[in-house]
This record gives sequence, structure tokens and C-alpha cells, in this order.
Amino acid sequence: MSDAVLVVIFLGVGTYVLKALGPMYFGNRRELPSKFKTMALLLPTPLIAALVITSTFSSDNALTFDARIVGVIAAGLALWKKLPFVFVVVFAAFATAMFRLLVA
Amino acid sequence: MATNDAQRRSIRAQALSIGLAICPFGLAFGALCAESGIGVWEALGFSSIVFGGSSQFAAVSVLADDGTVIAAITAGLLLNLRSLAFGVSMAPSLKGSLLWRAGVSQLMIDESTAIGSSQATHELRRYGYLWGGLSVFVLWNTTTLIGVSVLSEAESLITDLGIDATIPAAFLGLIWNKLENANHRAVAVIGAITSLILIPFTPAGIPVIAAASAIIWVQPWVVREGDSHE
Repeated sequence: MSDAVLVVIFLGVGTYVLKALGPMYFGNRRELPSKFKTMALLLPTPLIAALVITSTFSSDNALTFDARIVGVIAAGLALWKKLPFVFVVVFAAFATAMFRLLVA
Repeated sequence: MATNDAQRRSIRAQALSIGLAICPFGLAFGALCAESGIGVWEALGFSSIVFGGSSQFAAVSVLADDGTVIAAITAGLLLNLRSLAFGVSMAPSLKGSLLWRAGVSQLMIDESTAIGSSQATHELRRYGYLWGGLSVFVLWNTTTLIGVSVLSEAESLITDLGIDATIPAAFLGLIWNKLENANHRAVAVIGAITSLILIPFTPAGIPVIAAASAIIWVQPWVVREGDSHE
């Protein structure tokens, strides 16, 4: 079985358990501790911030500085200007492609 | 009666627009799969079985960097811990038979919870949850399929067209609005620095998982003003 299939199965089952615990077990009789709730809602932010970093600067387990940085800066500008998400993605791709074509 | 119809119509419009908003993410996820050598069926497996945008991106990114299966699963599960909180908050509006609850649970994602929990009655909350969840489910899987099948045919397009840069752009888009909140901003910066430092020294996936420790520094459990999800 490929790694991807294993991840789909185990991450899929684990995620489903997390999704279903509320409706299946907790009902409206029980409450989660508010500390858990605060933590669970805060947790994605540092993880996704780290993913921004690794998907920009990492290849083959080494720090890499390449055209992707230009794309992320373009995305940041688009987000800062509150453009719709589709432009954020398109600008990132366009800036990176242009940089590769003209500079690299 | 009439107002209820109007509310339902506005919920459906909201569900459709949130579904359309995630389409570029779906294409980007399909592209990431193609770039990582993940096939059409595996990509659809992620989008239908896991069905949680950020966790899918995280897990596939870890695999793409040659991270281990365990690291990919751990990163994905940490991102989905919030589904538990969503589930508990939506549960009172999702009562029904065991089979019904088991089925609708699969739709427990950010978007369905956001639409559902902003409604006034249990009936409308359930309606918003279902429409939001189904709209995203259909469009997310459709765009995943388009992204992965178009790009796995033409892998050189991924770097030529800068499609590899859409992945960090998508992640940045996912947290951008949260950064207005001081706590989120702090953990984002600490998480980013943690991962940057660890990249050269640890196997792929570890920098991402280690970034979770950022929340210790902010100690969300002692913060009073709260950090509510809409």
C-alpha cells in the first residue's frame, strides 16, 4: 500500500472520530472544557504558519531560497489588498512563473 | 413562514458562495497531489474521506517532502482537533437517528460550522450546516479532481506556471484573517520561526508538528477575552 493510501486511511479514520464525537457521544448533555476549546481553535494557526514556511523554504530537507518566495510575497500583497482568494493564488503563480522566466 | 423561506434562501446563497470560495483551494490541492506524485484516486480519497482542507494540505506536503506516514498523520490530526470542538457546539442542532448523526458528522468542517452556528434556531442551524457542508463537499471534490487530473498529465507545467507557489499562498490565505487577533498573530510568528529553525535539522513534518508548541507560549487557557469562533 502506498504511503498516501495509508495516510488517507488513518488520517481519515482519526479525523472522522474527531468530527463525530460531538454528535454521536457528547450530544448536548456534556460540554468540553473551555480550555480545550480555546486551544483547539488556536492550534491551526501556528501549524499553518509553519506550513507557509516549509512550503516556501524547504526542499529535500534543506533551507532553499527560490522563486517561490516571490510568489508568497505576491500572495501577501494580494491578501493585504483584500483581493478575492482566486487572485491570491493566481498572483502567486504568475509572479513565480515570471521570476523563473526572466531571472532564473 | 415567508421569513423562514427567505432565511433558507439566504442560507443557500451563503453556502454556494462559500463553496465557490474554496474552489481555488481545491484546484491547488489537486495540483499539490499531482506535484507530489499522488494519483487521482488517492487525491479523491483525501478530499472525500479525510475531507478537511488544511489537514489534507498538511499531510500531503509532509509526504511530498519525504516525511514519514506518522508525521503526515500527526500533522493532519493536530489540525483537525478543532472538529471536536465544532462537533460539540453543533450537536444540539444535529439530533436524529444514529445513522443520521453518523452521516452528517462527515460534514463537520470550518465552513459548515460557520454557516450553521450563525443561525438563530436549531432548525436553521441544521439547514445551514447541511447546505454549507454539502456545497463545499461537492465543489471541493470536483476541483480536486480537475486539479490532479489536469496537472498529473503535464508535470513540467507545475514549475513553469509557478503552481508550486500556490501552496504557500493557499496556506497564507487560510490564516490571513486570523492574524488580526493578537493571540493568533503571536502563535503564527512563533510557529513560523520554530519551523524555519528546524527545517535543516529535522526530518520533514517535524518542523510543522513542533510549531504546535507555539500555543504553550501564549497560554490560551489563561487568556480571558476569549477567542470565539463565529
